[in-house]
Amino acid sequence: MLKITNLSARIEEKQILNGLNLEVKPGEVHAIMGPNGSGKSTLASVLAGREAYEVTGGEVMYNNADLLEMSPEDRARAGIFLAFQYPVEIPGVSNANFLKTAVNEVRKSKGLQPLDSKDFLVMMKEKMKLVEMDKQMTTRSVNEGFSGGEKKRNEIFQMAMLEPQLAIMDETDSGLDIDALRIVSNGVNALRDGKRSFVVITHYQRLLDYIVPDFVHVLYKGKIVKSGGKDLALELEEKGYDWIKEEVALNSN
Amino acid sequence: MQAGVTSSKEKMPDITREFELFNKKDDHFKLLRDNAMDIFNKLGFPTLRHEEWKYTNLKNISSLPLKFGAAASPDPINKEHIKKFRIAGEEAVVIVFENGRYNAALSDKMPESIDAINLSDALDSEVVKAHLGQIASPHSESFVALNTAFINDGVFIHVQKQSTHTRPVHIMHISNSGDAAQVTSMRNLVIAEPGSKITIIESYHSVDNNCRGLINTVTEIVVKENAFVEHVKAQLDADSMNQVNFTQVIQEKNSTFDTVTVTLSGQLVRNNLHIRLNGVNCTSHLFGLYILDGSQVVDNHTLVDHAKPNCFSNELYKGVIGGKASGVFNGKIFVREDAQKTNAYQSNKNILLTDDAQMNTKPQLEIFADDVKCTHGATTGQMDEEALFYLRARGIGKQSAKAMLNIAFASDVLNNIKNEILKENLLNLSVMKLQKNEY
Repeated sequence: MLKITNLSARIEEKQILNGLNLEVKPGEVHAIMGPNGSGKSTLASVLAGREAYEVTGGEVMYNNADLLEMSPEDRARAGIFLAFQYPVEIPGVSNANFLKTAVNEVRKSKGLQPLDSKDFLVMMKEKMKLVEMDKQMTTRSVNEGFSGGEKKRNEIFQMAMLEPQLAIMDETDSGLDIDALRIVSNGVNALRDGKRSFVVITHYQRLLDYIVPDFVHVLYKGKIVKSGGKDLALELEEKGYDWIKEEVALNSN
Repeated sequence: MQAGVTSSKEKMPDITREFELFNKKDDHFKLLRDNAMDIFNKLGFPTLRHEEWKYTNLKNISSLPLKFGAAASPDPINKEHIKKFRIAGEEAVVIVFENGRYNAALSDKMPESIDAINLSDALDSEVVKAHLGQIASPHSESFVALNTAFINDGVFIHVQKQSTHTRPVHIMHISNSGDAAQVTSMRNLVIAEPGSKITIIESYHSVDNNCRGLINTVTEIVVKENAFVEHVKAQLDADSMNQVNFTQVIQEKNSTFDTVTVTLSGQLVRNNLHIRLNGVNCTSHLFGLYILDGSQVVDNHTLVDHAKPNCFSNELYKGVIGGKASGVFNGKIFVREDAQKTNAYQSNKNILLTDDAQMNTKPQLEIFADDVKCTHGATTGQMDEEALFYLRARGIGKQSAKAMLNIAFASDVLNNIKNEILKENLLNLSVMKLQKNEY
């Protein structure tokens, strides 16, 4: 589904990704961990098409298409979803109106008829349950005045509405208390259907107690330096990143 | 003596001559006009040295040999213009002015429930005699003095006690002169008696893009006990027109005054909006939207004067400034010693689209009471790239995403207009201007 080969990217003059390789197959959940500044969020931004990042090398193939050539909206329409680390507040645009436009633009790109208001409401109601979302949140402006937890729940709600093939979750657990973490994780787990894939970027192992990954990768200095199963996350939690850094230093000598 | 004042005074003989030609009637208001002319002669035109006019240069206007007579329009306005500019729909009662002169033939027939007539036909009214020139004093500013000296047409609205089912009154001003030296004086007086309710729409249009000149409007509004007045000003003139206006509102106890000012065009526009909350439990909402490009200069000066306790005021002005345009926002809030338990809020938000665009914003709070809640804030920034990316990352195309943000930006202000047709029309015009600006 997603194949990243030797990807390098920078923002302004700062090189951040340095030859990153990653392959994600349908239905897989990949966790990406790593110390601060290792390039985790840059990877998410490059995959979603944020313009401030410049790809300086490598390629990203998504369902046999060159992802890097696609606009952010075309990536979304092709089934890529980025759950933002910092969801943006958009005063004056209601959550419901925003989502209806998004859902229908995605449907249009697939040659489907737009949903009418009634069908859309039915769908919204059903998906709201997934993240225990208050009806009132849909009539409010997008993320405006939402708490940290509400913003993240809204991201997962949008994910449920847009039904992506590949969801990239950028530190979705940051700023969540334990209840919100449970709600968000339940939402994500409900969307695991054996076909949909996830790239879960996180600092902490605790999210992976709830969303159990198939693979864990350690990102350090812009490339993946170690991969393993879910036990690798536990090891990192216990020992920190220093032993990985030492390993990398040893290998490069 | 200040150089700027001297240069404007050199032109005074022109204005004095114009005034002598104009001021021939010996009516009740002759003394008011004479005094106003004296005041103007003393004040002269403001220059950049005046603190209140620091960013708005009037030189291109004050240096002209200004004319105050009726402008000649070889091609008078007709029904088609009224149809085109009827932005508040059929329900609103339109009163038409061409170059500052009342046009009875093109105005709607006034329903009996509304007491609105051309001001110059109402100068014998006791209500007019009691209020005209008393609410907005000629001393308050030289443009008020100048307007008062040349008082002629405009609208006098007298909303009777407890009358709440009246249709909106739409004062439609159409410019139809290519003479840059032409000064048009419009004078409105609104008295809302206790318990009454009215919506007044004041809109400015031009027959084409060649219209020139200065419109100088003064509007005096009294909102009596328990009365409600909504006032929407839509400035949709040609970009070559100039306008200075002064609106003075006095609110009595338990009254509400809501106002929205939308400025989409004009070369130089200065809006002065002064509200005095002169009784307990008054509420005022002040909203403004300006979308500028080219070399437009739009200056909003507001004063919310809390004179009595337990009043509430909320003010939000938003602007998008492109090209080499410049905007000014100066918002004063006074909370006088008596005005305990005042709640007063003010916010000014701007987006600059180009390096040459400019915004000067100055919030001013002067508080003399100790038990009050007042906040003010101002932001000036670039277009929200993050919001645009967020929408696109959900599959919404770039153009639709921009349109959504445009509508959201303008709606924040325009949603406060109660008349749906007017709101819709102003939203469409605002979005068109934003698109033209490539916001």
